[in-house]
This record gives sequence, C-alpha cells and structure tokens, in this order.
Amino acid sequence: MSISVPAPVRGFFRRHPRLTRALELAVRPFEAASKKVVFGCKMCGQCILHETGMTCPMGCPKTLRNGPCGGVRMDGRCEVIPGMMCVWVKAERRSRWLPWGGAILKVQPALDWSGAGSSAWINVLADRQGKEAS
Amino acid sequence: MTRPIAPVLRLEEAFRSGLPVVTCEIATGDGADPDEVLRRVRLVSDHVDAVNVPDNTAGIVHMAAWAAAALLAREGVDPIMHVTCRDRNRMALQSDLLGAAALGVRNILCLTGDHMVHGDHPGAKPVFDLDSLQLVSLATVLRHGRYLSGREIRPAPALFPGATENPFAPPYDFRPLRLQKKVEAGARFIQTQITFNVKRFAAFMERVRDLGLDRTVPILAGVAPVRSARSARYMRERVPGMEVPDAIVRRMEQAGSERARREDEGIRVCVEIIEQLREVRGLAGFHLLPIHWEEAVAEIASRARLTPARASLSAHVEATARDAGSADARRDDREGALLNRHREHRA
Ligand code: SF4
Repeated sequence: MSISVPAPVRGFFRRHPRLTRALELAVRPFEAASKKVVFGCKMCGQCILHETGMTCPMGCPKTLRNGPCGGVRMDGRCEVIPGMMCVWVKAERRSRWLPWGGAILKVQPALDWSGAGSSAWINVLADRQGKEAS
Repeated sequence: MTRPIAPVLRLEEAFRSGLPVVTCEIATGDGADPDEVLRRVRLVSDHVDAVNVPDNTAGIVHMAAWAAAALLAREGVDPIMHVTCRDRNRMALQSDLLGAAALGVRNILCLTGDHMVHGDHPGAKPVFDLDSLQLVSLATVLRHGRYLSGREIRPAPALFPGATENPFAPPYDFRPLRLQKKVEAGARFIQTQITFNVKRFAAFMERVRDLGLDRTVPILAGVAPVRSARSARYMRERVPGMEVPDAIVRRMEQAGSERARREDEGIRVCVEIIEQLREVRGLAGFHLLPIHWEEAVAEIASRARLTPARASLSAHVEATARDAGSADARRDDREGALLNRHREHRA
C-alpha cells in the first residue's frame, strides 16, 4: 500500500482493538455508501482505487486486480457481461488523467479475503491488510 | 524429409540456446483415455520443443491438465501445463503445482482462464482467488522455496513459469505494459494469443522492444491454421479477444467447401502469417495452436520450415563432428558462436 500512515497512529490502533472495532462499525456504512455510489465499491477491504484510475477492479467478473484479461471485446466491452464496459478499459483510460496514473503499473499482491467486507479506511489506519501477500 | 529424432531439451534450455523455439498446444482428451492424449501428442512431438496442455479451455471440462501433462512427461515430451485461476483457490493451486513438479511437469503457463459463462457449466461458482499475474508471483515464490504463507518448502520445486499476452484485445496501449508487469512478477517466457492481424502484432512488438522486454524474456508468437470459413467466422464473432480480419474470412470463403481445398488454404494462410512474423524483430519463435487439428502441424512445420531448437542443435553437433573442414561446418561454427553469445545473453 502506498499510503503511509505514521507509526504512532498504527500503534495506537493496534493497542486498542476494541476501540478500532467500534470505530469500524461507525465508519463502515458511511464508507460503503459513499464508495458504492461513486466507484461501484465492493468492499474488498483493501482499497486500491487510487492505483486503478479510480475504477474499482472488483467490478470485474473475474475480480482481476492487475489488468484486463485477454477476452476484452474489440469495442472494449467485457467478455463475460457484453452490456458492460470492461472495468480495465475504463481504469486505463482514467489513469491517464491522474498525476499519479503510473501507479496502475504496480504489481498488486493477492487479496486477503479475510478482510472482505471490512472498512478499508480503518484497515489502512490500523495497518492490517494483505498479511498473506507475497 | 525425415529428421533424426532430436534429444529432449528442456524448454528452459531450448530458450537459452538462442535458437528459434517451437511449441504447440494440443487438445486433451474428452474423457479418461490416455491413448487419446498420446495419439494427439505423437502427431506434433517431432516438430516442437514443448507441448502445451490446456486447463478446461473455454470453460469446458476436460481431463485435468496436470494428469495430461504427466502423461506427456512419461512419453519424453516436455509439457507446458496451463494453470487457470478460474477453478482453484491459492491453496489448491499451490498443491497442484507441487504435485505437477513431482510428476516431472515444470513448465507452467499462468492464465486467468476463460469465464465459465461461455462453457458447459455456466452455473459453476467462479473462483478467481488470484489473477494470472498473482499466479506468476505465486509460482515464483514456490520456485524460491516458500509457500505463499511464507512457510519453507524443501526442496523447492523447479518450476519454469510463463505467461500469455493478447496484443489483439483493448486497451491496446496497455498490453505491452501488462506484459512488463508479468515479467516483473517472474514470468520466464511468453506465449501470445493467435495472430491473424500481423500489423497489430508488429505494433505491439515495437512497443515491447522499446521497453526492452524482448531481451529479458523469450516471446513466442501464437499462430493457428483455420480449417474453414465457418470456423474463421466463429472465431471472429464468438471468441472474445480474437481478431480475425475480414480478408482472412474472405479467403477462406473463396476456398469453398471442399475439404482438401479449404484445409490447404487454411494452412497456406498460416504459413504466410509465419513468414510475415519472421520480419518482426524480437521474437524467440512460434507457438502453434491447431485447435483440434493436430494433423496439420507436420504440414505447417515443413512448409514454413519450422525447426525446434533441439533439432537445430543436434544437427549442428552432428555436422561439426562429421566434417570439420567443410563449408557447412564453417557455417555451423558461426551458428555455434552465435549460440554461445545468446547463451551468455540470456543466462
Ligand atoms: S473483459 Fe474486463 S471486466 Fe470483463 S472479465 Fe475481462 S478484465 Fe474483467
């Protein structure tokens, strides 16, 4: 994760698991609602929106986090859902508008599914994601 | 022309020789008959360095890729086992890779996998726990003696992971970059989607060369013979990610419906594409995808003068041993020197 959180903040959340849980319960509905409306968020718990052209990769029927599959149709639509634009075609196009668009080239590690459904914001603050990641 | 049977050369060694490499995908049997797999592989094995074994292609259930690959390994053919992310999570993938390595299957092609909606079990639960790139990373981690969890594996499985790229699917500008990502993740060789549009492929390779990727990883261009106008149209309209230019469909239509004529035309188109691709710099060889038509491979190999690296190598060794003074040997010596240069380069 490229967002760096100061160590004292991480330490605080680590030392107070019950407080962290309570905070998560409060934050989660707000995060879910706002990101769902704007980005079609699927609450995977490890947000990489800023590295994928502000396009949620979990909207891809294959939940690909590192780029498009080989089946994208010639008009840019999805191989699985022909009525939908491929999320990666959108992500690539949008990433060009972002000053940090090159982040799309970062190799994304495997998702930690044990964090699915949790608040990515709190996860970042508490530094508790992708434990299994290579 | 009959060639002496060349010794088996591991795919990795074939690439290291710097000589053009030829691989081919076969269809694995529909059922549990090992003879069906062996019949198909025998049609192609003399003409290639390694044989690809698909993993439930197009989402249609077939014999497990690891089993078919093990049958090939037992026959003395170096298999390239396809591994997709569609049907197995990271635990099953790891145990399958270890099992395959134990059976002599080292080359693995890491794929995302065709979605099941197009297959024969559209209601199956899609897994996609990892994506193809994370699968390359996983194979690399295993290769270096660790599970994804960090636990040690001793001895580490000697895996040789490869990946694919499709220059013919949007976003076109991103495809070379995605290839770069795969190389970064640990891909040691690349096989591409079937080429019918050589112009698009050349543009892709130009960008690949700009990125210096052709010098880091051997890239094999995918080529296939079409058997009829109907199958050309099917590929154009029904197979997502496949680009079949109208000119090719028209040529197949003109060839008519008589079997010998249309099949001959299909092979001719394929050979022409191979010739055109030879002009594209940065390729390490060809990957044939005969799509249930393994019988065509011998004909394509002879018409396009495709020689697997192992055959070129053994011819070279024989020639130098036979007549050290002749012009032939001098030419071969030059090839030998070239070979060594490539070796250092790729090692
Ligand atoms: S076409 Fe795009 S959205 Fe559809 S499965 Fe492939 S990568 Fe995902």
